[in-house]
Amino acid sequence: MEDLSFHHQARARAGGTRQMAIIGVVASGNLEVLAERVLPETECRLEIKTAAEGFGEVWDAVVADFVERYSPGGLKFSINDGGARPDTVSLRLAQAVRLMAENEQ
Amino acid sequence: MSVANLEKPSLEQARATSFYEASARARIRLLLDPGSFVEFIGPERREVSPHLKLFDLPEQFDDGIIIGRGQFAGSPVFIAAQEGRFMGGAFGEVHGAKLTGLLRAAKELKSIPVVILFDTGGVRLQEANAGELAIAEIMRAVIEARTAGVKVIGLIGGRSGCYGGGGLIAGCCSALAVSEQGRIAVSGPEVIETNRGVEEFDSRDRALVWRTMGGKHRRLIGGAELFADDTVQAFREAALELLETTAGFGIDTLNAEQSRLEDRLQRFGTCRDAVEIWAAERVADAASVPALPADQFIELADKVRRIARDAR
Repeated sequence: MEDLSFHHQARARAGGTRQMAIIGVVASGNLEVLAERVLPETECRLEIKTAAEGFGEVWDAVVADFVERYSPGGLKFSINDGGARPDTVSLRLAQAVRLMAENEQ
Repeated sequence: MSVANLEKPSLEQARATSFYEASARARIRLLLDPGSFVEFIGPERREVSPHLKLFDLPEQFDDGIIIGRGQFAGSPVFIAAQEGRFMGGAFGEVHGAKLTGLLRAAKELKSIPVVILFDTGGVRLQEANAGELAIAEIMRAVIEARTAGVKVIGLIGGRSGCYGGGGLIAGCCSALAVSEQGRIAVSGPEVIETNRGVEEFDSRDRALVWRTMGGKHRRLIGGAELFADDTVQAFREAALELLETTAGFGIDTLNAEQSRLEDRLQRFGTCRDAVEIWAAERVADAASVPALPADQFIELADKVRRIARDAR
């Protein structure tokens, strides 16, 4: 297992009012993303535990692209990864932001 | 992509989705009345397994089981759902403790039934002792809850089936509903073949696996009270029916269950294959059972075997 951590400045606050959302499962080639609205409005943090070691640079690129595209300000993402491919990671992160943008049930 | 494609499906459409394919969270969300689910010890609490990191294995924030309360057609229920894709839905220490706690809460309150969505290969090998203890604790908690007057309903239709200790817990429930894909057994196909040889059980013979452990056979021999088509809606209707019709629990129930099982052993003990059992149950064309669509199978099963309401 390898732990990775990324901290970015976001252009704007992530939409919606939900405080927490979870998407995905931890399985081979899959991951879970827990999103929590716990940070100042222009900050974004990702804490990753991954079963696939040595892919820090790929994560760095995927995360930078995600923050640029979705501007998830105020959100902390905690990720348990079972060795998902970058496209699956991007998809789950986008799903998490989309869930947070929905209003509380 | 048109705008219509982006709109959320209606509840009716959503409930027509496959129970087998849905995640544990989606199953709970779609089974219960909309918006009624409240999770206990949710993923934000990060109550993960204390064992997996010793094996350098990834954790899941809910340890592969979701527990909580919600409403079923306006009435309160406790609900638990195993995620069959995380470590095969297997029971570990935290996973098991969450289910035990839910059942003990139900026992205290006496009036709120429990619905368990099994999806498990049994005990997690990496935390075997803790997992085995969890199975024993859950079986005790199920029986104690039932003794206190709580109905405990099991729904089985996930990709991991209901195996190992999960099969034992299912056997302790008040009633079960199962789909064709939802296999129920203790030892799985590979375990039997490894221990007793390929002559005893060929785990690669999928047709053999389905007709020995699959939902149709379990329904026909009385191991499950209801057979459900593989949709969330069908499981919701089955659960509502079982919650309504399941009788209380006492020494009479256990005696009736004992004689039901003795009778089963006496009638089918010498059968070599599930098809022989179905034929002995006077199913006209026993060999055609595996291919029957769900609605025709339910009609057949209701004719062949009435549900033993006084047993379990």
